[in-house]
Amino acid sequence: MSRNSIRDTFFEECEELLEALVEGLSAMEENTGDMEVVNAVFRAVHSIKGGAGAFGLDRLVAFAHAFETVMDKVRSHDLEVDEALMRLFHRSGDQLADLVEAARDEREPDSETESTILKELEAYLGESDKQDDFSFDALSLDFEAAPMSIEPAEPALRRFELRFRPTAALYANGHEPLLLFDALAELGTLEVTADLSELPEFDAFDPNDAVLSWQLTLDTAEDEMVLHEVFEFVESLCDLDIRVSGQSPEQQPEPEVEDSTAETVTSLAPSGIEAALPQTTQDTVEDARPATAPVQGANEPRGPRPTLRVDLDRVDRLINTVGELIINQAMISQRIEELELPAVSHLTNELEAYKLLARDIQEGVMAIRAQPVKPLFQRMSRIVREASEATGKKAKLVTEGDSTEVDKTVIERLADPLTHMVRNAVDHGLESPDRRTEIGKEPAGTIRLSASHRSGSVFIEIIDDGAGLDRKRIFEKAVEKGLIAPDAELSDQDIDNLLFLPGFSTASAVSNLSGRGVGMDVVRNAVAALGGRVSISSLPGAGTTFTIVLPLTLAVMDGFVISVSDQTMVIPISSIIETIRPNRRDLHQIGTDGRVIAVRGAYVPIVDVAGNLGLASSSNDIGGGVLLLVGTEAQGLAALRVDAIHDQRQVVIKSLESNYGAIPGVSAATILGDGKIALILDPDEVVKLHPAAPVLFTTPQPRTELRHA
Amino acid sequence: MTKVLAIDDSRTIRNLLRVSLEGAGFEYHSACDGVEGVEQFTEVEPDVVITDINMPNMDGFGVIETLRTGPNRTTVPIIVLTTESGADLKTRARNAGATGWIVKPFDDGSLVSVLRRLTGHVV
Repeated sequence: MSRNSIRDTFFEECEELLEALVEGLSAMEENTGDMEVVNAVFRAVHSIKGGAGAFGLDRLVAFAHAFETVMDKVRSHDLEVDEALMRLFHRSGDQLADLVEAARDEREPDSETESTILKELEAYLGESDKQDDFSFDALSLDFEAAPMSIEPAEPALRRFELRFRPTAALYANGHEPLLLFDALAELGTLEVTADLSELPEFDAFDPNDAVLSWQLTLDTAEDEMVLHEVFEFVESLCDLDIRVSGQSPEQQPEPEVEDSTAETVTSLAPSGIEAALPQTTQDTVEDARPATAPVQGANEPRGPRPTLRVDLDRVDRLINTVGELIINQAMISQRIEELELPAVSHLTNELEAYKLLARDIQEGVMAIRAQPVKPLFQRMSRIVREASEATGKKAKLVTEGDSTEVDKTVIERLADPLTHMVRNAVDHGLESPDRRTEIGKEPAGTIRLSASHRSGSVFIEIIDDGAGLDRKRIFEKAVEKGLIAPDAELSDQDIDNLLFLPGFSTASAVSNLSGRGVGMDVVRNAVAALGGRVSISSLPGAGTTFTIVLPLTLAVMDGFVISVSDQTMVIPISSIIETIRPNRRDLHQIGTDGRVIAVRGAYVPIVDVAGNLGLASSSNDIGGGVLLLVGTEAQGLAALRVDAIHDQRQVVIKSLESNYGAIPGVSAATILGDGKIALILDPDEVVKLHPAAPVLFTTPQPRTELRHA
Repeated sequence: MTKVLAIDDSRTIRNLLRVSLEGAGFEYHSACDGVEGVEQFTEVEPDVVITDINMPNMDGFGVIETLRTGPNRTTVPIIVLTTESGADLKTRARNAGATGWIVKPFDDGSLVSVLRRLTGHVV
């Protein structure tokens, strides 16, 4: 693993830590007394600081340190969390996220906000906290460390006499006298004499006892302080006496008997034992170590579930291969069908099993890419906070279904549209706190984000409890912008859908938030590019709901294999509400080429798919073929007329635009079991191609393409 | 080979330790919190332990206390590796039985030389 990839994982880890931070801060807001939550927040900031230090990201370190120090005061009950401090924590969290992002992209972060927040954080710190100057410049090794280099100069040598008698605790703390002696030896010339006088008889020997002591003579140019530094971590664990002998090194020192250690040093060890000494100490320490318990087996795993980090490219390659496998399986099925075997044969049985396995593999692989929407939703709390601050409105974010899993690419590409919609919900959806109080609502509005899986699709809803859409204003605005005729007669739903037209914006003034040239049409296109759709429902006075419906995956989908004017095509099952074999009685002609079908009392326009795609209609008989009832964004229900439905199967989506070019009404292509390429229709687009479609919706719009993840 | 067990909740720090310690010829093992660290200790039987202080589930002090006084108590060196540098924390660690204290960010060379000194490890 290179340092670069460690850096990458650091930023990945930061993302996770920032998520935990946001989550922790929200939890803190709800329950200020929970110290576990405060600890978790503290740890998140602390870990970011620790990692940032390793990469020399000084600004990030300094900011995290200030943040952490204030959080630590909360942790130690020195500081009470009030509303103002909570807001500061939120802003600090946002700033930390910005600094991380800037560090990752190697650009300069916005220093103005940073210094404002830093000042505010520091205001919470007392003088003593500030003095605890946090320096990352020097590596501090607080240890029984000896200087690593010895001065080559020849300063005056002094002779030190040391007496060293470890207690049992010294060994228990993992220290090793031999290593201390090594450190001393690096300071000069060391002579070590062991005192073995306290060694008990062999049968009275307790390996946990400390019975050895040493007398050392060190000739060194170093200061006495340096000697003490060697013993810094063990001084409280031993009897230590260091003194300058007062004699020049040339003279042999007289053995002295110290009062304090008199009882331990009764006689000097014979010099012959010196050589054997290190081994002796080593053994003593070894013996003093209690045997570690036998391995208890890897049962009862604790903590988080083990995970494996895999390069996304590898997963995508796997998904591609599985796509090929599905196609291959379809081809084999086709070939076997052509053999016209008896309905129940070994081969067809095995083939069924193969199909199930292939499907399992495919679902399993897709699950690898699936991620909970939680981080995405969490990011929105910042948007709500910022938007409410900028507009002077009060808003809180409530999330539901955080654990709903969606394809990673979908989550990534949903971030921008969702941000925009949440911002809009605060900016345009909610009323001012005064207005809300006036009409009996709570001053703080609620933005509700919810995610759920329903019938093979992912539903994401953005719900506000604001004023609801002002349809009169929307209509006026659309007329003003020349999008519709002043005398156009539109249903409520039609008016709501005007929001999705390019260039439409209800905000008359360019506010701080909206008016950035991004309208709901961009949102709609972004969602459509993911194979999904957006719809609006609104209740005046009660609020607005935006619903995004997305396919579970971008790589495969369930489709009907249909034929249109001798062409085999595929239409996504998710878009089909029902299939109708028309009864001549229910068909009606309107005008010269408008045809409708009565479906349970409602008239639904019939759209001839072949005609709209520019193919020769296979028959002029409107009663023939099959009708597919689809719900379209633009004009509600429509009945697509096709010649026949042949099969229902899972198809692998292959991008058409990147391999060939854009075709109106077609979102992608796929390979069928017989090896032939079939186009995948986009019902919405096909309907728009309808010559009889209302003028309003014929405005050319950026095409959207289903793209492989 | 000399075995090191590093206990730190930061994946980044664990990665950095892995690179410098494996590079220096140590056999590297790691755990992401105190509880896992103590478990790993029994499993791995390391020659030296490096532990962070601020960790979920069980903090560094908990690790030191458990390793020094628990049922499987040990005398292997335990080094604290943390961004903290407060004197009271150091005293607390020492009293609990820590062998040494290194402040993050750590310098590869110094860390390795400290570990060598404590374990007698030779490359």
